[in-house]
Amino acid sequence: MSLLTDDQKMLQETAASFLAEEGSIAKQLRHWRDIKCKDGFGHDLWKQFAELGLTGICIPESHGGMGMGATEAALVLEEIGRNLTPSPFLTTAVAAARAIEGTAHADRWYPGVLSGEAVLALAVDEGPRHAPECTALEAKRQGNGFVLNGAKQFVVQGGSADMIVTAARTAGSSGERDGITLFAVAKDAAGLTVDSQTLVDSSKAARLTFENVELDADAVIGEVDGGWQPLSRALAAGSAGAAAELVGVASGISTMTLDYLRQRKQFGRLIGEFQALQHRAAHLYSENEIARAAAFKAAQLLDSGDDTAELYVSVAKAKAAEVANLAVREGVQMHGGIGMTDEHDSGLFMKREAVLGELFGDVYYHRNRVAELSGY
Amino acid sequence: MPGLFGAGRRFRPRRPSNQGRDKGDHWLVNGQKVWTSYADKSDWIFCLVRTSTESKQGGISFLLFDMATPGVSTKPILLISGSSPFCETFFDDVKVPKEQIIGEVNKGWDVAKYLLGHEREMIAGMGLGTGGSSVTLGPITKPSDPLLRAEIAAFDVDALAFAAMSERFAAMWKAGEAHPASPSMMKYAGTELNKRRNELMMAAGGSDALEWDSEHSKGGATPRSWLRSKGNSIEGGTSEIQLNIVAKHILRLPGA
Repeated sequence: MSLLTDDQKMLQETAASFLAEEGSIAKQLRHWRDIKCKDGFGHDLWKQFAELGLTGICIPESHGGMGMGATEAALVLEEIGRNLTPSPFLTTAVAAARAIEGTAHADRWYPGVLSGEAVLALAVDEGPRHAPECTALEAKRQGNGFVLNGAKQFVVQGGSADMIVTAARTAGSSGERDGITLFAVAKDAAGLTVDSQTLVDSSKAARLTFENVELDADAVIGEVDGGWQPLSRALAAGSAGAAAELVGVASGISTMTLDYLRQRKQFGRLIGEFQALQHRAAHLYSENEIARAAAFKAAQLLDSGDDTAELYVSVAKAKAAEVANLAVREGVQMHGGIGMTDEHDSGLFMKREAVLGELFGDVYYHRNRVAELSGY
Repeated sequence: MPGLFGAGRRFRPRRPSNQGRDKGDHWLVNGQKVWTSYADKSDWIFCLVRTSTESKQGGISFLLFDMATPGVSTKPILLISGSSPFCETFFDDVKVPKEQIIGEVNKGWDVAKYLLGHEREMIAGMGLGTGGSSVTLGPITKPSDPLLRAEIAAFDVDALAFAAMSERFAAMWKAGEAHPASPSMMKYAGTELNKRRNELMMAAGGSDALEWDSEHSKGGATPRSWLRSKGNSIEGGTSEIQLNIVAKHILRLPGA
């Protein structure tokens, strides 16, 4: 595994100072949550992402982007996770941007993503658990185009998205990878109902209903019946990105917890002096380091197009979710009573971990993928 | 093959029970060591001896001498795994030529610390499987029981993640970016992982994994490896000691 290049370190520093300053919990997450904002994030901040060039990290240079990859996206996402910054970065600039890469839809949507005006979403799940090959939303040929019927859920930023990359079934049956087709569905498509929901972490995800939504043939992303390829590309980028964000979440809460162990006195002693807590903190440190290594390994393998990238993406997502879950549980417990209060930030980390852990497949989904990809 | 060294019930080179007296042209070594690796099969031994009582860590010297020297004797220790990789080693008026010292007189602890770091890294590598076996368990155990498959898949995630960590650690160590105490974290994580690997090998093996010396079981390879692995988190500093080191030197927790 190679360590970060000087350019990557510079990007990391830029993202770290920008997000610590502008994307802080007080300025963003708590602010938008407390005023019950419709979109769950600040559009001004999204524009600032664009001004720094961050929205174009995964967009090719030929389209005006930075032409970088999963590794650079991971560096930004770790900082997003550390600050719990609400933004459409992961769904728009990483997952959806990868889904439309190399298609006509890239020409249509990349400029808006680059300027920080467009928000894109990805509609895959149809049940409460991630199962992309079980796509059943029906897309029937009609004249020159298609008509869509069915429902989607957990469409992150679905309510604020200008375009939703939607997985539908044009052939075969649920459980098969062949016969899935990706469509670019505009937010104002007739027959599409977008029901935006507030999740446990105050972020927004929508339930979508498609009732005879008519689309032209040019709404197809990639090949008809061959949607699995762009879909799996988007899901791999999204999972690797979510893993990196989880590493940031784990790191953010762990830093807070360690500070607390060094400050909080109980029974006349700093609680960090207790070996019962020291050993748990040291174990957590070890797990955080391992999760970060797995996340960067997955990103690097994706960027080099390695055969084992898919396996490592699942390793990274499973490991990062497991470790972030440990970090938030230990964080709340070690903070004691204050950790149970809304005033304190540790609960916010716990809520974010729950959503990110589920996004693009939970620990069990990805452990199962590791088993399948390893032939057992 | 040179033997390693040890003194005390756990690995405690800080208090070598051996005394090395300066006798002009030679050191006169008296005392005993325990947990000496392969002492009964070694030609030479590296030995920490106390050459001064002025301070705890100072005053220790690092000697190298022939196991055939008169006064050296060994007694193998039989482990729960049935093998005897370690011995008790006795030194009775052993004469060691003066020039057979590694480093400076009374500065042997520096050499020992360096070797200990290496030992921790070596033991940490065990989490990745040894003897050409694969990092992951699923492909070799092919678990049919769904609950065991789930546990093995969870292990494989951890094993592959740790493999990534080992690569990253090696790259950082080489670049001088690793924390000097990070081998402790690697040793802790690697040895705990290896114990879990062996537990799952036993579970996957079922009653086959209980046979101790049959041909079918390759001489009880699985249970012997399982039992041997329990020492991983004891030798070279216990898991608890490694966690203390991480808490103190990396996390800077108070009073650690």
